[in-house]
Amino acid sequence: MSGNGRPARSKASEEEVPNRVNDFAFKIATVNGTGSASANGLILKVIYRMGIPVSGKNVFPSNIQGLPTWYEVRVNKSGHVARMPRFDLIVAMNPSTYSQDVSAVESGGWILYDDSWPLSKSLIRPDVTYIGVPLARICVEKFAGARARILMKNIAYVGALAALIGMDKEIIKQQLEETFSHKKAMLDSNFKALALGYDYAREHFAPLPIQLEQVEPDGEYIMMDGNTAAALGCVYAGATVGAWYPITPATSLMDNFSDLCKRFRTEPDGTRRYVFLQAEDELAAAGMVIGAGWMGARAFTSTAGPGIDLMSEFIGLAYYAEIPGVFFDIQRTGPSTGMPTRTQQGDLLSIAYASHGDTMHIALFPSSPEECFYLSVQAFDLAERFQTPVFVVSDLDIGMNDWRTPRLRWDSAYRWDRGKVFREAELAQIKTFARYLDVDGDGIAARTLPGVSAKGAYFTRGSGHDKYGRYTEDEDGYQEVVDRLVKKLETARAVLPGPVIERKAGTVAGLVCLGSSELACREAIDILAERGHPVDLMRLRAFPFSAEVDAFLRQHEIVFVVDQNRDGQLRTLLVNDTSVEKAKLRSVRHYSGTPLSADHVLKGVLPVLEPISDDAAGTDVSEPSRLPA
Amino acid sequence: MSSIAKPKILTQKTERNALGLTRLDYEGGMSTLCAGCGHDSITAAIVQAFFEMALPPHRAVKLSGIGCSSKTTAYFVSQAHGFNAVHGRMPAVAAGANAAHKDLTYIGVSGDGDSLSIGLGQLCHAIRRNVHMLYVLENNGVYGLTKGQFSASSDRGSKSKYGVPNQEGPIDSISLALALGCSFVARSFSGDKEQLVPLVMAGLKHRGFAFIDVLSPCVTFNDHEGSTKSYTFIRKSRHEVTAAGFVPIQPEIAATYAPGSVQSVTMHDGTTMYLRKVAEGYDPTNRAGALGYLREHADRGEVPTGLLYINENDPDLHERERTAATPLRDLPFESLCPGGEALDRMMDEYL
Repeated sequence: MSGNGRPARSKASEEEVPNRVNDFAFKIATVNGTGSASANGLILKVIYRMGIPVSGKNVFPSNIQGLPTWYEVRVNKSGHVARMPRFDLIVAMNPSTYSQDVSAVESGGWILYDDSWPLSKSLIRPDVTYIGVPLARICVEKFAGARARILMKNIAYVGALAALIGMDKEIIKQQLEETFSHKKAMLDSNFKALALGYDYAREHFAPLPIQLEQVEPDGEYIMMDGNTAAALGCVYAGATVGAWYPITPATSLMDNFSDLCKRFRTEPDGTRRYVFLQAEDELAAAGMVIGAGWMGARAFTSTAGPGIDLMSEFIGLAYYAEIPGVFFDIQRTGPSTGMPTRTQQGDLLSIAYASHGDTMHIALFPSSPEECFYLSVQAFDLAERFQTPVFVVSDLDIGMNDWRTPRLRWDSAYRWDRGKVFREAELAQIKTFARYLDVDGDGIAARTLPGVSAKGAYFTRGSGHDKYGRYTEDEDGYQEVVDRLVKKLETARAVLPGPVIERKAGTVAGLVCLGSSELACREAIDILAERGHPVDLMRLRAFPFSAEVDAFLRQHEIVFVVDQNRDGQLRTLLVNDTSVEKAKLRSVRHYSGTPLSADHVLKGVLPVLEPISDDAAGTDVSEPSRLPA
Repeated sequence: MSSIAKPKILTQKTERNALGLTRLDYEGGMSTLCAGCGHDSITAAIVQAFFEMALPPHRAVKLSGIGCSSKTTAYFVSQAHGFNAVHGRMPAVAAGANAAHKDLTYIGVSGDGDSLSIGLGQLCHAIRRNVHMLYVLENNGVYGLTKGQFSASSDRGSKSKYGVPNQEGPIDSISLALALGCSFVARSFSGDKEQLVPLVMAGLKHRGFAFIDVLSPCVTFNDHEGSTKSYTFIRKSRHEVTAAGFVPIQPEIAATYAPGSVQSVTMHDGTTMYLRKVAEGYDPTNRAGALGYLREHADRGEVPTGLLYINENDPDLHERERTAATPLRDLPFESLCPGGEALDRMMDEYL
């Protein structure tokens, strides 16, 4: 099905091409602040409700209104829903990005555009098909008021799209009814706009060969973003103090925590079983978490890279004075302000060793919203058990995009682990209390909470202290404590969530990744297997790394390390924290700000596994490549 | 910071408070500050106030930042938990601790560097947040631990130990606190224990953020001719105006004062405080008046001391946030975790 170089006004060609069912990608280009986000969310939810594995990536500007924004949707029956940078269809609703959007579609693909105005000749590509629907004109004719016309145009393109790719109209209606159950007028307008787009497209064009078909899902799923899941984890873990300073893309975690607490932790008379502190900056937010953790509450903050920078001094204090706290880092593109609305894994090194002096921190790496929930609960247990800051390292892609993720479940047998806390009963059994004494050899000393007993009183300080908690400038007294901290982290190493390892037969190469890289890596590994290169996968879930991680690295001749940052930060961490030979680790890097795709991974891996291939062009490629199928 | 254990020797005559405790029970480690440091007098006043109020030592929480003043939390109430935070960031730690447990007695000690330079923002926001605590700013106009640099409270023209006059204008913590709507604002002098002890007591009783700026000369770096923070200069310029003595005197004692010269204030815990007015017509419940008075006297080179402003009706962090009666850190897990059924119902909203 090729285009004729002119906008298609008649029914699209119906030459015999087998339909591609539930396996394609499209992108919607709009202007932010015009209501398109709701329409795009609707599209995602409808496809998801059709049972089809789907992902939606919001590529949005750091702006409130008027700048270009894109929404990328990928459907894949095999569950490969990592970002797909090769688009079969573009819904081009923003004239200011027409030329960029027209060039983004694959050869043989389609461009759905608003033909209320003629398309400039310079935008015509001979190898694609143009589908013009006069959306603005229809909406101007059928709706009154500028705002309604703008909003309804979005729903009209949903209607057109539904007709073209087979989105289930009944599910769309059902979804709209749920959204506007209390707004009858809005519901009617939405129905009307939907029908306008749908009917026009039906009348003028044949359905495209890329089609959606309802399927029975292979399990129980929900559609949720990682920040909501993480906030839910905080509530379920029993966190009572949330302190933060607003920052993209971490804000929605705290917004969700606040909403969830209103729902689950507020009495009818307004009494609350939580405190939500909006701090003056990230320094204060970290200080509040540490103050509350020291006092014995489960406390956390949610931030991004710039916030981690500001929190670093306090993080060092919490490490050295041994105070629990959970720090969510929803990574965005750095350095500096960077691109606040784009994703990256650029904070790995700054988190692992945050703050001056010798420090090392526990970090957990969720790879999906589902894991954001479970690992955030675990983070609180680990923080209290090891009396140290624990980081949950997510990113914008997981945090802010809705993901199809397994339904969350709660183990009612779960009880929180408060760690070694001496209360009056325990204090009664000892002669004197010494804060930093390692009695049982695991590197963890018991702490006491203020206000409980005079016998347990001690002085907490970031200045040099000995095992009794006394100020010291004594070389042995100082060193004994910092050496025990190493021991404590060694104890942690063995009990942190282990790596997820998937082995294939006859492999020589392994691939290591973490966080949101998982889906793209799995897809790449499947493609590599088809091409005769079986590769083992190891997805890391925690730092410091366990012995299992070390063993995996030793067992493979070549290990690809996938990083969503320029400098191969995960690779550096592996070199630093395991016994692996540096030369064995091949770096595969993607850091342009978009979520990782299998293309990026293959571009880095194939030149090594197929050295005579034409693709032998370096590893750190930020632009999507066109790979052979 | 560094401290030396103090010998505890009791004599038969030792006075005991309502809890049967002695002053020694409210002391801490031996001070390592310079002999004659104003801060040690403030420590003594805090010990005295705690003793007189018969506060259970283990129910107190002592917080500080970094600097000479911040060392002093190790020198009083050793049976309370203490926390030396990072420089200028004690208010955030105090806010977090207080959020987690609303029923303990919080006392923060800071200095002019810690509060007015590196920690100025934190102080301002703690005031805004009205965290229930007593915040003592031990103000000596100089950086002691780093040996004699001017601080943000150094007056313009005040001379350093090396004879160099300060060129930059000062931040007046009292005007700042008043402008920010602090609900308890006082100034005192480390050399006037009679004034300071009742002020500390009142500050501890105050519901909300009680701020006391205590002029506290640095004998090593800022007690010379030409300094506006020396013992001599403060004694000369101090104008015990307003609510000079904020004294918890008994009603029968109050009756001995001239009519109109005693004002009573009901504290949040129900105690009545009697405020003996020295300056005629000064109303410590009038914020605008207090600001004007301060400005007027500052222009005359006078430093008004005493309780300058009080408002017992400003809701503190917990009242505003409507937190539960049980301190958050003591809430049982079952009251915090919504449980499996609730999660399952919620999941249906995300289908």
